[in-house]
Amino acid sequence: MPFSVFVDLGQTALELGLISSLTVLALFLSYSMLNVCDLSTDGCFTLGATVGAVVALSGHPYLAIGAAMGAGILSGCTTAVLQTKLGVDSLLSGIIVNTGLYSVNIAVMGGASLLNMNKTETVFTKMAALLQGTPFARQSKLAVALIAVLAVSVFLALFLRTRLGLAIRATGNNPDMVRSSSINPAFTTIVGLCVANAFTGLSGCLLAQAQKSVNIDIGTGMVTIALASLLIGNTFAGKGRNIPLRLAGAVLGAVIFRLVYMVALRFHMPAFMLKLVSSVIVIIAIAGPYLKSRFPVLRRRLVHRSGKEAR
Amino acid sequence: MLSIRHISKTFYPGTANAKTALDDLSLEVAQGDFISIIGANGAGKSTLFNAICGTFLTDSGAILLDGQDITLLPEHKRAFHIGRLFQDPLRGTAPGMTIEENLALAAGHGGWISTVSKADKKLFREKLSLLGMDLENRMRQPVGLLSGGQRQALTLMMATIDPPKLLLLDEHTAALDPAAAEKVLELTEKIVAQQHLTCLMITHNMASALALGNRTVMMDRGRILFDVSGQERRDLTVPDLLERFRASSGRALDNDRMLLGTDA
Repeated sequence: MPFSVFVDLGQTALELGLISSLTVLALFLSYSMLNVCDLSTDGCFTLGATVGAVVALSGHPYLAIGAAMGAGILSGCTTAVLQTKLGVDSLLSGIIVNTGLYSVNIAVMGGASLLNMNKTETVFTKMAALLQGTPFARQSKLAVALIAVLAVSVFLALFLRTRLGLAIRATGNNPDMVRSSSINPAFTTIVGLCVANAFTGLSGCLLAQAQKSVNIDIGTGMVTIALASLLIGNTFAGKGRNIPLRLAGAVLGAVIFRLVYMVALRFHMPAFMLKLVSSVIVIIAIAGPYLKSRFPVLRRRLVHRSGKEAR
Repeated sequence: MLSIRHISKTFYPGTANAKTALDDLSLEVAQGDFISIIGANGAGKSTLFNAICGTFLTDSGAILLDGQDITLLPEHKRAFHIGRLFQDPLRGTAPGMTIEENLALAAGHGGWISTVSKADKKLFREKLSLLGMDLENRMRQPVGLLSGGQRQALTLMMATIDPPKLLLLDEHTAALDPAAAEKVLELTEKIVAQQHLTCLMITHNMASALALGNRTVMMDRGRILFDVSGQERRDLTVPDLLERFRASSGRALDNDRMLLGTDA
């Protein structure tokens, strides 16, 4: 196999990894900072893809980005209001919104479950036109993805240092303390989920435009894939207080996830295994540390039952 | 300063478990008062604090703070003017965030998108050095690494960094070891005196209830049994308190920790 095939595969993995890392960054905000497991992520990802596609198809490639993020904000706001103002359990509100978004997404696509953007002008075709004739002509997708990831990472790094960002982190840490600091935790939860879902929507929009089509299943399993990437990132960057390092870890985790997946595909793993693999990674990443902490207890039990210890 | 007018609160009304925690209770607190509150288990002391802070709405009555009617104000809005410390030292701070970040949230300087300024940091260092716990040199460490006494002292600092109109202390030294409890109590006295704070303190320690502050209120069954200050209070001893409780309520005081005589 020629070397260039590997380079191509690596580049594709990098592009996909960077685009999906936007969802990982969104989960970093909602899951790691706000301590809310946002199960509306799948639907919101698809919403960003469909809204972005419809707006791009109508001839507004840049507006498509804004519209997708705006749609994500609306979706995040709905999830947040359900859990902070209407007494719906946090996990349940994500599931409810996710289910509702399925209908919304088909409605956005005008009743279809698939839209084609083969000849549509998008930020990717714009970038390709811009880079034409330069040595980077073949890296146009990468360039768009890289710009988006850098912008979102820098925004999050700065945002989490502000008073609002601190309040969001504290809400995930100790809501009582937030209240006694004269801040309404319902407000911080709403803001946090709106911002996170704007990035999820952006992620879906860019993926659809990069692959020039959107179908209703584009976001299925995204929450697990993103969570797996986030947890892979944690093993590199740790769970310390260095936010920029952790953001970089989240992006790295997403890229590594895609690279490993690519390699597995080369070794003839069927493509449909992606979601099972991501599930297993999440299980290992969460259950691993738990079992490790239980290990002394298990060992103590075994030793005690075997009757080998002095009584 | 704080005017509590005929407030009542019944939990689980209309059920077999109905419990009247506050029963037509009224209390006038003057500016600069430091009131110690004592009472039997379930007398309604913490419930009174919850009512003042807005953890729940009272069933009837009104609460005025500095002339403003706060009866219906949500909890986080009352927190602008009310600082509160709980018995559990873990409740007042965010463990995963640094000392500096915790203080920044509590101080609340600047708008939503402001960051911690150099002036803020300098202020935090000065304030922390007053605690005498070397926390000013650990500002970038997460609060989760601190001991219970250090966390409670930090919470006290956070609650008073912008002097509140009212400081509520809910047995805030009860979960600490004796040395730490003494230290935190000493800091409390110092800060309250320096900032001329109006303060209510629940305690189960009868001796410190009489030693600290200028007024002592005894609660029982959601009502105020007696309220002493001035010379009358200075002449009072712990046995006198127990006797007055028996005389007013017709039974002996049954606060287990009071009777066991654990200190602080």
